Amino acid sequence: MTEGAIYFLQLVISGIAVGSLYALVALGFVLIYKATDIMNFAHGEAMMVGAFVCYALVVAGIPFLWAVLMTTGIAMFFGLATERLILRPMIGEPQFAVVMVTIGLSIFLRSVSGIIFGHDNKIFPSELSDQTLVFKGLVLSYTHLWAMLISGLMVILFFLFFRFSRVGLAMRGVANDQDTAMLMGISVKRVFALTWGISFAIAAVAGIFLANVMVLNIAICLVAIKAFPAVILGGLESIPGAIVGGLVIGVLETLVGGYLDQAMPGVKDLTAFVVLFLVLMIRPYGLFGKKEIERV
Amino acid sequence: MRIFQTIWGKLWLILFCLALLSLPLWADPYIIYMVNISGIAVIAAIGLNILTGLTGQISLGHAAFVAIGAYTSAILASKLNTPFWLTIPAGGIVASFFGILLGFPCLRLKGLYLAMATMSFGVVVEYGITHWDSLTMGVRGISVPAPTIFGYTLGDPSKLFYVTIFFVTILTLGAKNLARTRIGRAFVAIRDRDVAAEVIGINLTKYKVMAFAISSFYGGVAGGLYSYSTTYLHPENFTLLLSIEYIAMIIIGGLGSILGSIFGAVFLTAMPDIIKGFADFMGRQFVFLHGRYDEEWNIAAFGLLIMIFLIVEPTGLNGIWTRIKTSFKNWPFTY
Repeated sequence: MTEGAIYFLQLVISGIAVGSLYALVALGFVLIYKATDIMNFAHGEAMMVGAFVCYALVVAGIPFLWAVLMTTGIAMFFGLATERLILRPMIGEPQFAVVMVTIGLSIFLRSVSGIIFGHDNKIFPSELSDQTLVFKGLVLSYTHLWAMLISGLMVILFFLFFRFSRVGLAMRGVANDQDTAMLMGISVKRVFALTWGISFAIAAVAGIFLANVMVLNIAICLVAIKAFPAVILGGLESIPGAIVGGLVIGVLETLVGGYLDQAMPGVKDLTAFVVLFLVLMIRPYGLFGKKEIERV
Repeated sequence: MRIFQTIWGKLWLILFCLALLSLPLWADPYIIYMVNISGIAVIAAIGLNILTGLTGQISLGHAAFVAIGAYTSAILASKLNTPFWLTIPAGGIVASFFGILLGFPCLRLKGLYLAMATMSFGVVVEYGITHWDSLTMGVRGISVPAPTIFGYTLGDPSKLFYVTIFFVTILTLGAKNLARTRIGRAFVAIRDRDVAAEVIGINLTKYKVMAFAISSFYGGVAGGLYSYSTTYLHPENFTLLLSIEYIAMIIIGGLGSILGSIFGAVFLTAMPDIIKGFADFMGRQFVFLHGRYDEEWNIAAFGLLIMIFLIVEPTGLNGIWTRIKTSFKNWPFTY
């Protein structure tokens, strides 16, 4: 292979690695949107809080795996509390109000975490090895490999959950039509609460993972802002869409960073938003989303 | 003047104006500076309220228009020595040009998608002012010369105060009257149901783009005033957080109400000082709390206030104000 081709392939591979992290975050968005029709702007903050809680537990001397399990439990409780206190009073309000509530929650959580945990970078006591895999001149670190594996696993779990479990079926029913679901004997309130709980737990896992790959600080919640374009590109209520969108954004971003960064420094961080804008102009419901039909 | 209907309304207004105009004679410079900053926030909040409150188009990119206005007037003033009474409207016009540019592609989008699109516009503008070094001086920041008129320098806050008040008065009256005209009613019709609005003969394209243009004009003028008021601009002043702050102002003040925007803007501008005073007070009462005040408290309070107002009082401060007024008017009857 020529040097240029190797460079290109290397960029694509690191792009896929970064993209699988975005996909993991995007999954959380899709879960909430699918069941409750709410875009949770505080998802990144839920990730960050999860990562910080796990960090605090590990520092306190609890073994890593136990800490992860405990964090998941705490995050689930936190999600339930959020739903009960903040989202439930908003049922029936216009979408604008609900979106604004989650934005308010997001800046509230971010600054409170800033006060409690401070702004300095923390190194997560990582359990994953920092070795790299070398194959024909292409380099990939084990942490990124783990990211891909876990994203893949999550997708399969989600698929099975929505397809075969009773709760998953209830969630799909509620997403489809709340009134009909209620008539079928599904407790819509309980499904909403459960959705938020599960999604916060997933967010915490994703956050712990991100903290392992990157450094742990407040800025970790900005990854969620990068995951917005991924969700929109894939279609807001599509789980395969979230994965594809995440991978596409990741690859595009690293390619742009690799080829254009010399000419325009910092343009890498802009890519996702330009893509977002273009998708919204051309195909607002994304690649796999359901097209909304409006009748007069 | 017909917007103030009762004799008491007029009287209070005159008293308020007198107190405001004489402010530089007796008030502390810091208070005058705060009034300037709140005036600027009032203009920007009214602009956003025209777009979000009246027309119902969510915008998470209002800070971008403020930034465009601020940089336009800063560049005109520092590089071309343009007088301030030209640069401030120029900031508004350039911003509203970008508003039209953003308005056209956003015609199809609604709700969540519109919020996303305007947010990415904000990010792109922030990138632009950070990296277009030759024009905006990038992260080094740009300093703005003091405005002069007839060879008379309006450097310090107490003189700039009159410039700010002039623009606030003109633009507030403009917005209040706009809401009563055909244009304002068309905006409200679009907010309530866009399809129905189109059916009764409102040109959606024209009015939606117009809402974007007017809103960004207000943002741009606010930016121009801001650049003179702070005398130094840095890209970090215009992040997504500022857009959220403007949204917080109109939610806390009251969506779709001009008076509400004024309440919200003044309240949120004064809030950091209130919190700081409260923290100092608590610090004196309880030793262990002493010196724990942090800038982060302000942002946390923004978030908390947005949530509380949306859940408990969706009509905002304006709603509370109206309720108090009616209950006084109807006293001793409950209705």
